[in-house]
Parts: sequence; structure tokens; C-alpha cells
Amino acid sequence: MNAIIWQGTNHVGVETVPDPTLLLPTDAIVRVTSTAICGSDLHLLDGFIPSMEKGDILGHEFMGEVVEVGADVKRVRVGERVIMPFNLACGVCDPCRRGLFSACDNSNPNHRMAEALYGATSASGLFGYSHLFGGYAGGQAQFVRVPFADVSCFAIESDLRDDSVLFLTDIFPTGFQAAENCGIVPGRDVVAVFGAGPVGQFALRSAQMLGAAEVIVVDRVTERLRLAEAAGARTINYEQTDVLVALREATGGRGPDHVIDAVGLEAHGHGPGALLDTAEQKLRLSFDRITALRWAILSCAKGGTVSMPGVYGGLVDKLPLGAAFSKGLTLKMGQTHTHRYVRPLLERIQQGEIDPSFVITHRAPLSQGPELYKTFRDKHDGCIKVVLDPWT
Amino acid sequence: MTSGKAGQGPVTAPDHASTGATMPGAERAMFGAAGAFLLTAGLRSGSPFQKLLIGGLGAGLTALAVRGRSPLATALKIQQDGDGHVLVSEAVTIGKSADGLYAVWRKLENLPSLMKHLERVEVLDERRSRWTVKAPAGYSGGEVSWEAELTADEPGRRIAWQSLPGAQVENSGEVLFRAAPGDRGTEVAVHLNYRPLGGSVGAVVARIAGQEPSQQLRDDLMRFKREQELGYHPTTEGQSSGRASRGGKA
Repeated sequence: MNAIIWQGTNHVGVETVPDPTLLLPTDAIVRVTSTAICGSDLHLLDGFIPSMEKGDILGHEFMGEVVEVGADVKRVRVGERVIMPFNLACGVCDPCRRGLFSACDNSNPNHRMAEALYGATSASGLFGYSHLFGGYAGGQAQFVRVPFADVSCFAIESDLRDDSVLFLTDIFPTGFQAAENCGIVPGRDVVAVFGAGPVGQFALRSAQMLGAAEVIVVDRVTERLRLAEAAGARTINYEQTDVLVALREATGGRGPDHVIDAVGLEAHGHGPGALLDTAEQKLRLSFDRITALRWAILSCAKGGTVSMPGVYGGLVDKLPLGAAFSKGLTLKMGQTHTHRYVRPLLERIQQGEIDPSFVITHRAPLSQGPELYKTFRDKHDGCIKVVLDPWT
Repeated sequence: MTSGKAGQGPVTAPDHASTGATMPGAERAMFGAAGAFLLTAGLRSGSPFQKLLIGGLGAGLTALAVRGRSPLATALKIQQDGDGHVLVSEAVTIGKSADGLYAVWRKLENLPSLMKHLERVEVLDERRSRWTVKAPAGYSGGEVSWEAELTADEPGRRIAWQSLPGAQVENSGEVLFRAAPGDRGTEVAVHLNYRPLGGSVGAVVARIAGQEPSQQLRDDLMRFKREQELGYHPTTEGQSSGRASRGGKA
């Protein structure tokens, strides 16, 4: 089959690799009909997530049709149209039973590697996202092996197009969880979203669905800001104005009640902190550039929440913890517990509350994936979200 | 091997309280001699750079010998008592009852299926058993074995053992089963105490070779948890990747 392969930092390519096979009786094989490039894949491209190996198959946003199931798969049937959360969960451990699927105890076979870096207990496995997170092959491919099939596969029975349900695998639940983590008081709270990429766009619309009085979106890319304005957000271009001043002014000097950092570890931005972050990252002294997080903490209103769906990888310094302490902020973060959002958000899609396909700007065959990785990273050509078809 | 009763005493395993990575006397003497030699050689050296480097190294080793702590063992967080025993503790929470987990563990002959480094356990009688493990890196013979006897057997609570005199690897250990708060199942804690082949140097070598019991114990307990909770072990072994394709570029 054809698949997008990580060939080293800044190198991805399409290669012919062996078709996946069932490795355990609880696995399924899915023929992929649509697959996307996620913003967090760019951290892999840029080499900021440790433990990638040359030859790894990328991709954690995909859907398709079940073509084979293992002997112990009870719920999923061949021929079913399914979507899979990007994180893997066993469904039976204590975190899974509490709905904390991205904290699954059992789904990461490389727990030792994760524990060495992240302490006490390991994170769950992820599709196509480094060996630290299990080393599972990803879904930017024609076929994919789906472990824990009964827990991983969600059947899509309605006639909704792939484009409308594909993003339930990651960016829609991720944006939604980010907004939910804010504890928005409907009709009262103002929410600022840093980063108007795909997750930021879903965080904005989720904050609106949860009743935010107003949403302010911060970015520097015109197309992204336009897309946010189309949803009714106010926007700030941080390259044209001092973002902290602009946010104070937009909120009567209070600051936004909650701030969502939908940027993560490769923030752009300016100022001495941003310069130092970039220098340290280039020298591989640190993994994370935290300008967005720094601004989020500094701008947030007293008693507010800084919600972090953006991915961070390593150790962070120059974090304005004094500001967070002084204002009594709540910091909420973490991988999305995707499984628990799939059904409720699918219902919202079915009821016409939102059609997630609004975010797609580029559609291409899998063979053009490597090129589009770069288009997406460089935000060229108005690129916000790429969907690939493995079979054209 | 001592053990506090559940819910009493300090949180750390009692054996750890007063220990770090203390070097046994012979190793201490070795470090001291090497330190003194390098210190002397360094000071006698004509080159100021060598004086600084070799002398400094010698001074460092001497200081280590005086303090009596093994630098590598300390850096690798190997816990040792004054007699050169290595202490290893690990714990895991498993969503099953203490009675069930105890029963699995108590069938000692089944332990090699749980603990990867164990070759076999032969039950000799009610209390005695023969344990065989793969030998650590650099140790000739391929296998190490010893006889052990149960020193405590409290169903659903605790199993403890001690190697019999003459064992190649003198060791003792215990496994404790304790109900976890809430409905989370059982906390399984294992404490091991053994004298490593080759002293603390041997323990360091084994750790670097990835064959050191504290690593093995963590892996074994996670394997036990997955065996009990899932009934199988998640794996990516044998999955497709670009590594297997041997250059078949599309």
C-alpha cells in the first residue's frame, strides 16, 4: 500500500510499504477513505517531538471502512464505516473508566520510554505520533491497523459525507474540550483564542456553542482571521498591534475571562522572550517556544482559565508563573479524551449545529501529501486544513 | 527483609530510609587508591593542563572514597545498603481483587510467564522453590539460580521469600497486596533486596545493559497489570512501516 512516511526532520515522503495485518485478536484493519494532516503533525515534521524513527507511518486523523476484524472483536463488523479517535484507549483501566481516555494506562507498549521523560505513569498510545506514544503506525495510508477495535471504532451510520465527520477524530473534540475546560459562564464570559488554525477555529465555535458572550481570536494570518470573523469572532492581528493592549482594550481593561492557547510549542511572536525561545529551540536546548502561552497568562483576567489544547513536548522556562499565581488562574491542559466527545459532537453535526468541513481549504491525493505538509506549515496558499484521498 | 504494615509507618520502603548508594568497603578502598594515585601523578606532572585534569580527577575520586558513595550508582539512583545489597521497589495498581492477584502470584511456577527475566521456578515443597534467571551481561554461565524459601504467606495480603544459604545471588523479597482507595482495585507493591554479581560496579553495568532488576520489575508489573486487565499485551511488533519496505518508493 502507499503511505506517508517520516524520513527524518523536514522530510516526509510517500512510499510503498507492506499492507497492515492483524497483530492481535482485538485489532481491526480499516481501508482509509479520508485522512488529514493535523497541526500537531507539523511538530513531527519539524523534529520537535522526540523518538520518531525513519520509516514511521504518519497520520492520526482518518476514517474508512472496516475490511477485517480479529477473532476477539465483538462490536465492530466488516463493511462498517468508522471513525477512530487519534488516541488509543483500552477501555477497561481506571482512567478509561473515568472517561480519561487519553490517560489510558495500558495502550502504550513503550511505557518505559514515556515514563523516563514524563514521570510516574505513561500517556496513552497515539496513532502515528512517535515511539514515546507507542510507535503505532498512522493512518495517512491506504490501510491502517486499528488496535482495541471495539473501543476505537465509532460507526457512522448516517449519510453524512466524510468531510463532515472526519474531524471528530481529533480537531473538533480538541477544540471543544479546550472550550469546555474554560468553564464558560453563558452570556457573561469573554473568551480569547490564540491561534486561528484548525483547533483554534473549532475552539472558537465550541466556545460559542457553550454560550460565550464574545470570542476574540488572535493570529497573524489573514485567511484564518477572516474565517474566524465569518463565525462572528472579533479578531486581533498580533503583528499589527500590541496584543496585550488590544485585549485589555477589547475587554474594558479586565482581560478575557478565559484564554485558549491553540498554538502550542512552535509559537511565533515577538519580544525578547520569543527571540530567546527560538534561539534555544534552534540549538535544541529546549523543545518548546511558548510565546502564545506567555501572552495567554499575561492577558487572562483575574480568576480566569488558561486552557491549553496546543501540544507542548518538553521543559519550559520563562513561564510567567508569578502572573498566573497573582491572578489566581486555573491552567488546564492535556491530550483530548476524544472518545467521550465523539457521540455528543456527532449529534450536534447531525442536528445541523455545525458542519466541520468549513475548515477544509485543500484536498488532494495522498501522493501530494508531502508537498502539502510544507504548504500547511508555511501557511501558503491560504492553507488551513488539508484532506487527502489515499485512493485517487 | 522488613516491612511496615499497610497504612503504618513511612511511605518509602523502610529499607530505603537510611541508605543511598553506599559503596561497600572494598570498592571504597579501590576508589581511594585510584584517587591517591591520580592525585599524585597529576601534581607531579609538568604540564599545567595535566596537573589540573589528572589531579582534579584524582581529587574527585579521593573525595568520593572519603564520602563513601558510588558516583555512578548514585547517578543511576541505585539504592544500596552498607552491606552492598541493592534495594528495588515498585508498585502498580491493577483493577482486580487482591485475592485473585494473590492467587496468581502464589502459584510460583507461573511467575516466569509474568516476569520476563525469570527462566523458571520449580516448586520443591510447600515452602522451598528453585529460581533460575538469565545471567546479567558479562557473566559467564548463561544462568544464575538459587533456592529460596517462603518466609511469609498471608492469603490476599503478602508473600515474602528469602534465598537459602549458598545462593549465587543472595536475595529476599516480598509482594504486598492492598486494596486501592475507591473502586480502583488493588495496589501491588514489590520490594526486592539482593547482592548483585560484581558488587555495585556489577549493578551499574547491569543497569547500563538494561538488565537491572528495577527496570525489569517495572516492566514486569506493567505486564502483570495488562495480563490481568486486558488479557493480552498491546504491541506494534510486526506492523508495517517504511523500514520493512526496503526502498520501494512510490
